Amino acid sequence: MTGAPPIVEMTGISISFPGVKALDAVDFRLFPGEVHTLMGENGAGKSTLIKALTGVYKIDEGQILVAGVERRFGGTADAQAAGIATVYQEVNLCANLSIGENVMLGHEVRGPFGINWKATHRAAAGVLATLGLEQLDLRRPLATLSLAIQQLVAISRAMVTEPKVLILDEPTSSLDANEVANLFTVIRKLRDQGVAILFVTHFLDQVYAISDRITVLRNGGFVGEYPTRELDRTTLISKMIGKDFATLRSLGSERQTHHYEPRGEPLLKAEDLGRKGSSEPTDLELHQGEVLGLAGLLGSGRTELARLLYGADRPDSGTVWLRGKKTDIHNPTAALSHRIAFSSENRRDEGIIRDLTVRENLVLAVQAKRGWFRPLSRKEQDALTRKYLAELNVRPADPERPIKFLSGGNQQKVLLGRWLATEPDLLILDEPTRGIDVGAKAEIQAAVAALAAKGVAVVFISSELEEVVRLSDRIIVMKDHRKLAELENGPHVTAETIVAVIADEGDDEEGDSE
Amino acid sequence: MTVTTRPPTGSAPGPAPSRRSLGDRLGARLSALPTVAALLIFVGMIIYGEAAYGRIVQFSTLSNLLVNNSHLIILAVGLTFVILTGGIDLSVGAIIAVSSVAGVMLSNAGWHPVAAVLVMVLIGSALGLVSGVLIQYFGVQPFIATLATMFLARGLASMLSTVPERLADDSAIRELATQLKIIDGEKVNDLVVTPGVVAAVVIVVLGFLVLHRTRFGRTVYAIGGSEQSATLMGLPVPATKLGIYVISGTLAGIAAVVYTSRLGSAQNITGIGWELDAIAAVVIGGTLLTGGTGFVLGSVVGALVLGLMNVLITRDGGIRPEMTTIITGGILLVFVILQRVLAARRRSETG
Repeated sequence: MTGAPPIVEMTGISISFPGVKALDAVDFRLFPGEVHTLMGENGAGKSTLIKALTGVYKIDEGQILVAGVERRFGGTADAQAAGIATVYQEVNLCANLSIGENVMLGHEVRGPFGINWKATHRAAAGVLATLGLEQLDLRRPLATLSLAIQQLVAISRAMVTEPKVLILDEPTSSLDANEVANLFTVIRKLRDQGVAILFVTHFLDQVYAISDRITVLRNGGFVGEYPTRELDRTTLISKMIGKDFATLRSLGSERQTHHYEPRGEPLLKAEDLGRKGSSEPTDLELHQGEVLGLAGLLGSGRTELARLLYGADRPDSGTVWLRGKKTDIHNPTAALSHRIAFSSENRRDEGIIRDLTVRENLVLAVQAKRGWFRPLSRKEQDALTRKYLAELNVRPADPERPIKFLSGGNQQKVLLGRWLATEPDLLILDEPTRGIDVGAKAEIQAAVAALAAKGVAVVFISSELEEVVRLSDRIIVMKDHRKLAELENGPHVTAETIVAVIADEGDDEEGDSE
Repeated sequence: MTVTTRPPTGSAPGPAPSRRSLGDRLGARLSALPTVAALLIFVGMIIYGEAAYGRIVQFSTLSNLLVNNSHLIILAVGLTFVILTGGIDLSVGAIIAVSSVAGVMLSNAGWHPVAAVLVMVLIGSALGLVSGVLIQYFGVQPFIATLATMFLARGLASMLSTVPERLADDSAIRELATQLKIIDGEKVNDLVVTPGVVAAVVIVVLGFLVLHRTRFGRTVYAIGGSEQSATLMGLPVPATKLGIYVISGTLAGIAAVVYTSRLGSAQNITGIGWELDAIAAVVIGGTLLTGGTGFVLGSVVGALVLGLMNVLITRDGGIRPEMTTIITGGILLVFVILQRVLAARRRSETG
């Protein structure tokens, strides 16, 4: 990133969608051998800028130079031909094919008799080995891998073409700390080979750990381009959100210090609740007005436990008492009629319905609860939508916009609104803040705190331990599909406490087996 | 802080890897299971037929099975491509009608047989192209687009002629159905093939090679897995989708040649419902209608299962021919349920 000319130079890029200017005269430069982070809140235009560079969107105005040559991309294949490879946040691979086939799709090694599978698999193994994935069996179906490993496979796939530019769009959002470290080793290696890497993430720690320069966007506009070492965190955040950092900070720690003492009979009590293969028998109590955090690494069984509570999976052991009465919650509809709502971690597939408007998405659960033979009138729908758009500060506050045009954070707010509209007594939020920016995150955290204050019991699941600690009254630490410990939150509890609980258990386990 | 649960930990480290690799092997073959099941059922039907009626495992019966079903096998190969991408092609039966009526009329009008056959095949390609363009560039659902093509083709066939068109006795096209004896058995128990059977075998082999040994074929599977992912991976999705409907139409044209040469005549009502037979063959052969999983060889087995079923019903004599469709439906249902069970198993593995 010194004297060399930029490999990518975008100047004055503008893109409009119906009714909104997604990008307004944005400049962006990327040099060979640097890691460049694109920062901004959700809806700031990061994804749009990336999609312009990868040929998904056509630009209305501006110029894209790649290696000094002006390019007009008609599609992703054009961008790939120009040496730009992309790994998207949501894994875009084919679950029906094997690992090896996915890595090499479109780049299979061909011989005189068509594809030479032996050579193709050898090439795939070579690429996977550079990412430390040599232990994977290439012939296994992709669908048998965890999401985190699939993400690494997607990155391997991008490296097959030996691209000059590698775009990583939130590659770390589903990786654990070890996997992130592993990924960063690979990124540094590629950078040292002269690959220009564009990195998008919401984790500030990662930005400072890996990136050389930062470009900040806000509301579709260009804010500035800075060397990372000259930009401290507070300044970066205030540039991203365009307001003071202190106001955001104040939301957090209150709850931890004045945490709620449960009184009386629990709203929900579970004994030995479990399901073979997904959740070991667990005891659980949940009181009104309480936030119960489920902490643990990805795959520790948090979601599985939540699914049992909500009736999405049938437990094969245990009993549940709801408001003191023995209750069998056998499916999500029953859960909803018992005023239990569940917001899935899989926003794209199990949450939003992309082509419906914000209003239609928001009223879905209320309508389902009332039964489809008693439709909500348009007036009721509008009133509900207005209420929750304002309460949760959804931007743009346009109820008739298809939800797919909203940023991830705002989609998440609409989803939260969907479940709030059913007026639940128990709300289960599975990773409600994953992949969304600081501002939206703080707003969702504030909404959760406000709900608890109104007497709603909240089960809060998050991979970010700091967030769990800040929000929860009690924390259940999970590992290997079982409850490891239950902690009363208080000033003495920190993210490190939870890590220690998980790590101690791991040490013991090793000791036992030896 | 209180630690509430601490059950005994860990299994012995030894057996874990071998157990996992067994699971892997099962997982890798799970997608081939419906095809294997179809093959088993086919073998079972042959054994049952031989035991109950006799004269099944002999040259003449087995060669007739191939000769009489070669057109269905060709159609099924085309539909395998389409269904692997998650699409459907309802037009192939009607394409056979228009292609064969046109071919017979051209031949009788004095066209060179090679030219007539070429036109028959190209009619199929052209109608397949129409479907493909409607689907890829006008965003029409495959079901509706090929339904439109089906009506178009059926209408064109009726415009050409509404009476049976008989192929002249000396037409060279009839030679495509010449029975060539490979093994001369006792009496009429000969192993025979026709050029039509050879064409079907060549098409099956080519279909297999294209799907498994070319990038085009891999793109077909990728589209069936996730069209969005395939696009983002930079695969040539539009060209491939167009290509598979052209392939399906072209193979329908070839099937028309094979069928017409054997029957010696053509009519505008030929091939009604054959698209559904072909779809049934593909599904019985283990290809998922949602796309992404399946094999050409499975579709061949599927077509042979349907053909053999007809033979057995005729041999039985006690089953009314009207029952044929009910039995076909029953077999289809069993296979679809089998697929659902497998799909559910795979989902629970990943989720």
